[in-house]
Amino acid sequence: MEKKDLKKVYHNSFIGLIILPILIAVLPVVIPSSYILTIFIMVGIYALVCNGMTMLIGYAGQISLGHAAFYGIGAYSSAIISTTYGLSPWIGMIVGMIIAGIIAIIVGIPTFKLKGHYLALATLGFGIIVFTLFKEFRELTGGSNGFFGIPSINLFGFEFNSDLRYFYLVWVFVFIGIIFSRNIIHSRIGRALRSIEGSEIASDAVGVNIMKYKLQVFVLSAMFASLAGSLLAHYVSFINPDLFGAMTSIYFLIMVIIGGSKSIWGSVIGAATYVLLGELLKHFMPILLPNKGGEFEIVFFGILLVVTLIYMPNGLSPQLEKIFSKFQKKKVTIETPLQINKKQIASGGENQ
Amino acid sequence: MSEAKTILKVENLTKQFGGVVAVSDVSFKVNKGEIFAVIGPNGAGKTTLFNMITGVLPASSGNVFFEDKNLTRKKPYQIAQAGITRTFQNLEVFSNMSVIENVMTGAHLTMKTNLLMAGLRLPMVTKEEVKIMETAMACLERVGIAGLAHELAITLPYGNQRLLEIARAAASDPKVILLDEPMAGLNPEESRQLVDVILKMREEGMTFIFVEHDMETVMSISDRIVVLDNGVKIGEGTPEEIYQNPKVVAAYLGDEEEEYVNA
Repeated sequence: MEKKDLKKVYHNSFIGLIILPILIAVLPVVIPSSYILTIFIMVGIYALVCNGMTMLIGYAGQISLGHAAFYGIGAYSSAIISTTYGLSPWIGMIVGMIIAGIIAIIVGIPTFKLKGHYLALATLGFGIIVFTLFKEFRELTGGSNGFFGIPSINLFGFEFNSDLRYFYLVWVFVFIGIIFSRNIIHSRIGRALRSIEGSEIASDAVGVNIMKYKLQVFVLSAMFASLAGSLLAHYVSFINPDLFGAMTSIYFLIMVIIGGSKSIWGSVIGAATYVLLGELLKHFMPILLPNKGGEFEIVFFGILLVVTLIYMPNGLSPQLEKIFSKFQKKKVTIETPLQINKKQIASGGENQ
Repeated sequence: MSEAKTILKVENLTKQFGGVVAVSDVSFKVNKGEIFAVIGPNGAGKTTLFNMITGVLPASSGNVFFEDKNLTRKKPYQIAQAGITRTFQNLEVFSNMSVIENVMTGAHLTMKTNLLMAGLRLPMVTKEEVKIMETAMACLERVGIAGLAHELAITLPYGNQRLLEIARAAASDPKVILLDEPMAGLNPEESRQLVDVILKMREEGMTFIFVEHDMETVMSISDRIVVLDNGVKIGEGTPEEIYQNPKVVAAYLGDEEEEYVNA
């Protein structure tokens, strides 16, 4: 058996890995609008968070309602290190990820003894605690007033100070994140994670240290969230605790579920759906309901979440995969009979 | 078996659930390369005993030794690391995976890839994946379902899922496989296929311990048997000895034996 046979095991195609960079490269050229770029920068930042959460929710089967805390930890670490201490934003980014990782271990060890709803509640509680800390540590975080004047990122003197440049920076991170996660999923680690979701008792019996892998993926998802938070901080240059409250955690969860937690691409799809629909709502809600404010957003997404869970429990990504696989069907139908023939010959026609 | 070597030793194993003693002071030894059966009427404590050996339930007292290592109160994954894997009575295939992925997961312990290596997809990761895929395919061939490798595990018929569980349990190259009621729910054809697989793997040196209701299978394939009743060991020996053990006959075989005599 050769390397290419692995592709039969992981029947995921490379098509997304080709399409995504092309879309990213082409988008600013086709639509040179800074408004659109802003939107897609946010999509990218959210997609990074959702990427980690998809690993946690879709592959390890663990619900988190506290990821806004890690998102915030990244944002504040970057802000404090680059502004208060004047160090390179890259150091802030890395320190943020390390802090988020350490906190994830500390929080994860006791909480992963819990299951299902209790785990969700515990992470929700954790998120609220961190949110309160952001508010109360005024000397460090600026409290409710927020943190001003976060500098932009530069790399070897190249300043990421325009929307266009930042757009590419964010999406490079998203792309690397997707490849990284995809690699993990298509490996021993990914199988171990999925086996936890498939059957925890059997997973344990084949020697998977469940606690260890849950914790590892929790740490990984916390680091992704922290990285996204750092990117947000350096982009918007002003952050306040409200950006990292419980509502944000819930929105992340909504994105993951709408996009589809069984596929890494779900993170991008979910984030894009959330941000784009949110923008549409902002435009059309005042027309439909002139006197209602922004709270209507959560009502809308709440309904959308329920509808998704009922009609597409695996989210949007399987639907899109179906469309993509239609293009590929032809190739597959030619290959399959040949493969069977080979196998029949090799085994003397035994294994049919 | 004069030169028999003990591979697993169960010593005074006891499990209490509150005031109820599910397994009481049970001891036995399993030899290497043996097919060893644990039988007993419903509620005799067979599954509890199994769960203690595999670490699913902590023992209240007593010890389990495996090749002189004390496995008592170890976690299931640690017991798997030591070289004991199992199958389940109520099939526990990974329903979200293909057949071959199930078996590849079974080979988890034989691999070394960690999170960072996997994420960066170092060349050795791919190498290991290819190797493990081959191992998995060989395991599937051994149980005779290699042709179904790329099907979704949950779509397999019941009997094949059993075989899949055995292939998965064998994939980490364990020293002992525990089978929890392997014949439950199988039709005669599937049972025969399963028995063939078990006998073939035993010839290759595998040790099996199994809990079973199907007396015909137990008597025909086991080398030695332990009989439990109400959590207490009431007999141990070869199938012939078990047939002749009056305690066993009284407690358990009574009706069944007549059936077999008549059959």
